[in-house]
Amino acid sequence: MSTLEIKDLHVSIETEQGAKPILKGVSLTINTGESHAIMGPNGSGKSTLASTIAGHPRYTVDSGSITLDGEDVLEMSVDERARAGLFLAMQYPVEVPGVTMTNFLRTAKTALDGQAPSLRHWTKDVKEAMSQLRIDADFAQRNVNEGFSGGEKKRVEILQLELFKPKFAILDETDSGLDVDALKVVSEGVNREHSKGNMGTLLITHYTRILRYIKPDFVHVFVDGRIAEEGGPELADRLEEEGYDRFLVAGTATAGA
Amino acid sequence: MAETTQLTPELTDEKARIGSPSSPEKIAIDGFTEEGENLSPTNTGAEQHGLKKHSHGDDPVVPEASRGERLKSYKLADFPPLTGREEDWRFTPIKRLRGLHTDALTGSGPEVTVSGASNILVETVERTDPRFGSAAIPEDRVAAAAWEAVTQATVVTIPDETEADCDVTISINGTDEAPAAQHLIISAGKFSKAVVVLDHHGKTTLAQNIEIVVGDGAQLTVVSVQEWDDDAVHASSQQAKIGRDARFKHVVVTLGGDLVRLTPSSFFTAPGSEVEMYGLYFADAGQHLEQRLLVDHAVPNCKSRVTYKGALQGQDAHTVWVGDVLIRKEAEGTDTYETNRNLLLTDGTRSDSVPNLEIETGLIEGAGHASATGRFDDEHLFYLMARGIDEKTARRLVVRGFLNEVIQQIKVPVLEERLTEAVERELAAGNY
Repeated sequence: MSTLEIKDLHVSIETEQGAKPILKGVSLTINTGESHAIMGPNGSGKSTLASTIAGHPRYTVDSGSITLDGEDVLEMSVDERARAGLFLAMQYPVEVPGVTMTNFLRTAKTALDGQAPSLRHWTKDVKEAMSQLRIDADFAQRNVNEGFSGGEKKRVEILQLELFKPKFAILDETDSGLDVDALKVVSEGVNREHSKGNMGTLLITHYTRILRYIKPDFVHVFVDGRIAEEGGPELADRLEEEGYDRFLVAGTATAGA
Repeated sequence: MAETTQLTPELTDEKARIGSPSSPEKIAIDGFTEEGENLSPTNTGAEQHGLKKHSHGDDPVVPEASRGERLKSYKLADFPPLTGREEDWRFTPIKRLRGLHTDALTGSGPEVTVSGASNILVETVERTDPRFGSAAIPEDRVAAAAWEAVTQATVVTIPDETEADCDVTISINGTDEAPAAQHLIISAGKFSKAVVVLDHHGKTTLAQNIEIVVGDGAQLTVVSVQEWDDDAVHASSQQAKIGRDARFKHVVVTLGGDLVRLTPSSFFTAPGSEVEMYGLYFADAGQHLEQRLLVDHAVPNCKSRVTYKGALQGQDAHTVWVGDVLIRKEAEGTDTYETNRNLLLTDGTRSDSVPNLEIETGLIEGAGHASATGRFDDEHLFYLMARGIDEKTARRLVVRGFLNEVIQQIKVPVLEERLTEAVERELAAGNY
């Protein structure tokens, strides 16, 4: 079993007006097999948390820690974090011209495992995973994300999740921009991998919609760079009914105090 | 610092402005101004835009009214001495031409060896041979100087209705730096088919004219590879005259040389033909790699596609791509598109990209161009690294992918492999 532990994390970004704090003390522990949802209004710092865990250079960690089974994640480069078992399904996957999906997937798998996958099994695995996610076979020969629709890009993120088998998957608004069918397909993919019991899932979302398909064990509400409330799945139901208004009022009051 | 648009390469369908830095303090290359003029060191002092004077006495660059009106002549005397202010020389550091534009081209020049197909004809002919001038007329002073200076030419002929039984390699091996002239004629007969590779290597100071005749119904591919030594200087005019219903593919790959300036042109002379022109260049610190193309649609119903891609790394690596497409009044039904993309891998590089499209008839199938020059995209890097791929591998993956599009067009497996390796070496040398 693995544990991803975030302790009192403070993160800022550089702006023209100087450093702007985004995360103001976030603590969160995820174990293998657990599914956590982070919900919150726009600008609350949800995506910053995801990008910081993955090591995006835009974000500066001012204090606090992130550890994976006791190892200091913040000391690791972006690729080392991935090899340690962290996977970020990106909100806006970029297009990489001239690099085919096939080449990319194999190169990444080789890097993650430290050795090239057996060609026969690998080809079969890729085909199978693609067909389960209803991705056309010809995508394998296309360049990474090039000309893919928003929904196709998200499916390809989950394809990687299933093929790379990380210890922890962080899904950064994977549900945004998806129609109902695509949302189902993508959710099934996440559930398939999660149900194998070897992965912890951190699901970041603005909407409660995806929580009808992926059942979180824990729900954390993010407001103004902090976790404002935590609870079980019932908290998501309440948010669906009430929205974020009561947190926003509280957030404003805190900011004013 | 390089003048560049950050990150995302954008397609533009407008006439590209040259350079166009956003603020003066970004100007880092001597003589660079808003208009990209004054580039070569010989030009310093020619102020622009009323900063000093707006006279027409020693005016810097007088653009041609039409690309079709450029002076063509076999006589060197018809071309005035170069100042570097000419429209077609303004990006070239002419001081580094090592006398190609001023001196008598009396060197012996690189040795030419033709190998490969057995069913083609290889001749060395005197300059009285009537095939001199069968496809080309010099369009600049250096080409005219070479035309006057040569005494012989190598002629490679693919006879009518003959398919070359294997690829033809013309090895051009330089051994000294004396300014020299060279003339090659490649003639593909009616309904013939061949791939001809011009393989340039060694040291040289060379002005070269290559005439390419593509006969009616012929299918000819000419690949010109410049893998010169680091200090080579090479100016090459490669003009193709294309007959009826022919297919012509021209590929240039330039990796080595201090200054390499290619002027490939395709002239359609009868309807129904198609031209593809590809280019790949990789400039390292201090290298000047320039390509100026012309596609002249002078007859109806021809199609042209131009794709040039470049990578630059290291201080003062400089590339120039100027793509002129001319659709004349008679050229109804023309279909043309040209693209240039440049990837700036480090600071200190500079890439000029100028697509020009002149259209004299509206009765065409299509005409367009795109130019994009960008830095290595850090988001690409983050994406690939977030999948466990180390930085070096990730960078190479992206650059290799970018350039492979052109290499894949060569379709000569041995050469494709060699050039892929050469690109890998470039990447390794640049610590990529």
